[in-house]
Amino acid sequence: MRTRLLAFPAVLAAVVAVGLVAPMAGQAPRKYTAPKTPWGDPDLQGVWNDATSTPLQRPGTVGQKDVLSDEEAEEFQQSLAHDLSRDRRDGGNAADVNRAYNEHWMDSRRLKITADKRTSLIVDPPDGRIPALVAPSPERQRGQTARAGQAARFAAGLPENYTDMSWPVRCVVRTDVPPYLPTIYNNNFQIFQSPGYVTIAPEMIHSARIIPVDGRPHLNSNLKQWLGDTRGRWEGSTLVVETTNFRADEGVLFQGANPATFTITERFTRVASDAINYEFTMTDPTTWTRPWTALIPWNKVDPAEQMFEYACHEDNFDIVHFLTGARVREKNGETVSSSRPAGAREEK
Amino acid sequence: MLRRTIAFLGLAAVVAFLWLTVPPLFGQQRGAATPSFPATYRAPRAPDGHPDLNGIWQAFVTANWDLQDHEAQPGPHPELTGAYGAGPAGQSIVEGGEIPYKPEALARKKANFENRLKVDVSDDKTWHALGDPEMKCYMPGVPRATYMPFPFHIVQGTSPYILIAYEFTSATRIIRMDWKQSAPVDSWMGWSRGRWEGETLVVDVTGQREETWFDRAGNYHSDALHVVERYTPMSPYHMMYEATIEDPNVFTRPWKISFPLYRRMERNLQLLEFKCVPFTEELLFGKFRKQAAR
Repeated sequence: MRTRLLAFPAVLAAVVAVGLVAPMAGQAPRKYTAPKTPWGDPDLQGVWNDATSTPLQRPGTVGQKDVLSDEEAEEFQQSLAHDLSRDRRDGGNAADVNRAYNEHWMDSRRLKITADKRTSLIVDPPDGRIPALVAPSPERQRGQTARAGQAARFAAGLPENYTDMSWPVRCVVRTDVPPYLPTIYNNNFQIFQSPGYVTIAPEMIHSARIIPVDGRPHLNSNLKQWLGDTRGRWEGSTLVVETTNFRADEGVLFQGANPATFTITERFTRVASDAINYEFTMTDPTTWTRPWTALIPWNKVDPAEQMFEYACHEDNFDIVHFLTGARVREKNGETVSSSRPAGAREEK
Repeated sequence: MLRRTIAFLGLAAVVAFLWLTVPPLFGQQRGAATPSFPATYRAPRAPDGHPDLNGIWQAFVTANWDLQDHEAQPGPHPELTGAYGAGPAGQSIVEGGEIPYKPEALARKKANFENRLKVDVSDDKTWHALGDPEMKCYMPGVPRATYMPFPFHIVQGTSPYILIAYEFTSATRIIRMDWKQSAPVDSWMGWSRGRWEGETLVVDVTGQREETWFDRAGNYHSDALHVVERYTPMSPYHMMYEATIEDPNVFTRPWKISFPLYRRMERNLQLLEFKCVPFTEELLFGKFRKQAAR
């Protein structure tokens, strides 16, 4: 009891006292040694936030530069914040409506670039861009074309059925499918540890990714899951997580990766008392011409700011609104080609 | 020393309490052989120094069909599915057998049961009026999550949190240990604050959404629901689970349920996904689709 009571203020003190010592991307963390759990694993416990405005891919505006000077970084951050901001009135009525999810909803951490002033979250390939796509097989091409048609109907405000909506809109999965990428809000992840397990609970949706780190084998390859099947191991102070066994549903994996050949390796390294480096490598020889890797800093959330339940399906009024709206539009003679684009949005 | 004495007295009280109350709840006849759990069982310690509840657990009662005594029953559409979907018989897990409803609340419970298979989500305001939330794949709330026919995983580390991850719809709840702050707003799985009383994890649950039910029989509560759960290890493979349920809007007095939880022992067992949203979308949303041209 006493240990726990003392531990809590200690965490607070650590958060307050920390200097900004997060190492540069790609550099091995120096001097910092992660605390250990009583059973000897590196301690990653806490609530972490991965929000940033630094884009996944390097924008053309910064040329080949991978890290910016202080002045360049300030300008880059302002430019990104302007583009992400939805509290502006420069796009006409339709744009206004589609910016209804404005700063009231946005995680303010989402408007800041990474502390190391990189121009892309991707660190490999060196150009900071997702590698070229491999031409899909005819079967996969058919699946992607069908999915694109559904997305176009939804974007036009004319979904024929709930199946035209994306899996996140349908609340089947959201940002809990790896890789974990920053989004407009709810960029929180709580890590729990117990002997033999590391458990990551993404805020959105309320799933828990319970990762065995005891060396057991993966599920048989015929048992697929929406979030795949995950195994972890420790390499020094880094938690290395491999995930396979993804379901075949089109539109769950990033960029339409092929569930039959896709694997993701994630590395979690505590590099300061208030920072984890989250690095992931995407490998899929039938989707990308080479593997690629991104690094996203996770920053510790003040313990006073608790993670809260994110319910989604339970009050998913949007599905009915989208569908009844579409039926009215049909009656008025609208079609996907006649309708104004960007009539719908992903967030909820 | 004083602390230890108090803890011992507390433990003795718990044991005496269980001794007096638990056997009849199993449905055992008085005088029959009762489960021979050692009355003084002391669980192995977790890294936090408290009884180790880590692992995958499951209830094997049929309370999800009805907390109270119930006979076997056909499924909703026996003409389509035969014995598939039929409900098993079971004995009440409610202390004393009956839930102490206020008269008007009992009428509502019966209406819930009559309407348990109906759904109408055409109006946001009456979105939750009809149908068992389980059928709609909504997070089940507490205590229902504990006795649904699905396993759950307790993650007990060293932080001031214990996580319970449930297989049903991948619901989770965080138990905040020795926590002062009360529920900031209502949620489906509620606001859980825990404390140890000797060998027992006591969890105080408030802030639950009023829309969850206790079972498929329509037993329900209001947003004034207050649940106090007690998890007490009884052997390496069993825990006793008790929940005291209080809701002055619906019941005339607090009442109690109890049943054992069993540790799942299969080698390499893990929680799998029961993501049931796709199983319920046609029921909820199918009627809003584009109709074929006539």
